[in-house]
Amino acid sequence: MTDNAALLEPYLQRRSFVELGARQRAKALLDAGTFRELLDPFQRVMSPWLSRQGVVPQADDGVVIAKGSIAGLPVVIAAIEGAFQGGSLGEVGGAKIAGALELAAEDNRNGIPTRAVLLLETGGVRLQEANLGLAAIADIHAAIVDLRQYQPVIGVVAGSVGCFGGMSIAAGLCSYLLVTQEARLGLNGPQVIEQEAGLEEYDSRDRPFIWSLTGGEQRFASGLADGFVADDVAQIQEQVSRLLQKGLPEQQRSRQAELFLQRLARLDAEPQIEPATVRDLYQGERS
Amino acid sequence: METLSFEFPAGQPPRGRTLVGCVGSGDLEVLIEPGQAGTLTIKVQTSVNGAEQRWQHLFARMFDGQNPPAMAIDIHDFGATPGVVRLRLEQGFEEIGHD
Repeated sequence: MTDNAALLEPYLQRRSFVELGARQRAKALLDAGTFRELLDPFQRVMSPWLSRQGVVPQADDGVVIAKGSIAGLPVVIAAIEGAFQGGSLGEVGGAKIAGALELAAEDNRNGIPTRAVLLLETGGVRLQEANLGLAAIADIHAAIVDLRQYQPVIGVVAGSVGCFGGMSIAAGLCSYLLVTQEARLGLNGPQVIEQEAGLEEYDSRDRPFIWSLTGGEQRFASGLADGFVADDVAQIQEQVSRLLQKGLPEQQRSRQAELFLQRLARLDAEPQIEPATVRDLYQGERS
Repeated sequence: METLSFEFPAGQPPRGRTLVGCVGSGDLEVLIEPGQAGTLTIKVQTSVNGAEQRWQHLFARMFDGQNPPAMAIDIHDFGATPGVVRLRLEQGFEEIGHD
């Protein structure tokens, strides 16, 4: 029994990040006592579109924006609540993130080195808000590209929703991306791919298969993420803080499109794609 | 989706405000703020239609024989069972009690 207790100890010590809601996640990452929410839920800046389509809205529209510090560095965090409408981004939630990033860039032009951390749990655009959501996501993309020339923008995909659609592009634009084993990252979600490619090629209910292709570990091994971390608050905080202190990357991943295209051109699309094939392809010739 | 309103006699308003829960499947979000002295107001926006009696009974049971603080409660419900609703409300009451 004592042996079992010793084996369990590391797991009991862990505090899951994935199980936390958006507001708790933002609080957990910021230095103790520095969390200050902008446009908090009591302001009731809610989606004007959901109620009229018979969908119950949430007071913060599923997005928490907070300022504070991490390891003493000034930071703005945008955390998406994956449990509300699949973390989908509509007009309000999208504008909150875009606005926060735009203000952070403005801070930098005024000599305040505000960094940004995006906690991405989202299926992408909220279909009920269609073009307004898409426009907001485009604003988020533009704001990331603006801010990342001054200070790092760090994306964290912890799970369990993952990061899909237009927001997977936002993840790709981040200076650094941190993932867990539970994370998934992809432009299209599994069910959409299954519908297009057919069940034989892509079974969205086959979880090991889905994670083997789009899961955090695979994305990290393919060089599409910069950190792979356990689902533990302390370890995620440590990694985010490490990446923040690292400053700007030598080259943004999204500026290396040419390199990735060259590698993709070598892909033989005929046989069913295997996770190992993707890793080898993206990693290129290893020295 | 339905929007319902309820009122109960109450004492003085609480000092704090709090938010608990989330509009996720089988869950609800409860915002509690100070209301007008003497009245506790509850506004419920719920995805489940035709459940007004159930909400009425649930609140009546909770406040029966009590003199609750004069709160303004705003609920966004996404199909929570009465048990979950009660737990969330009690969580919220405990949190404003701490402020």
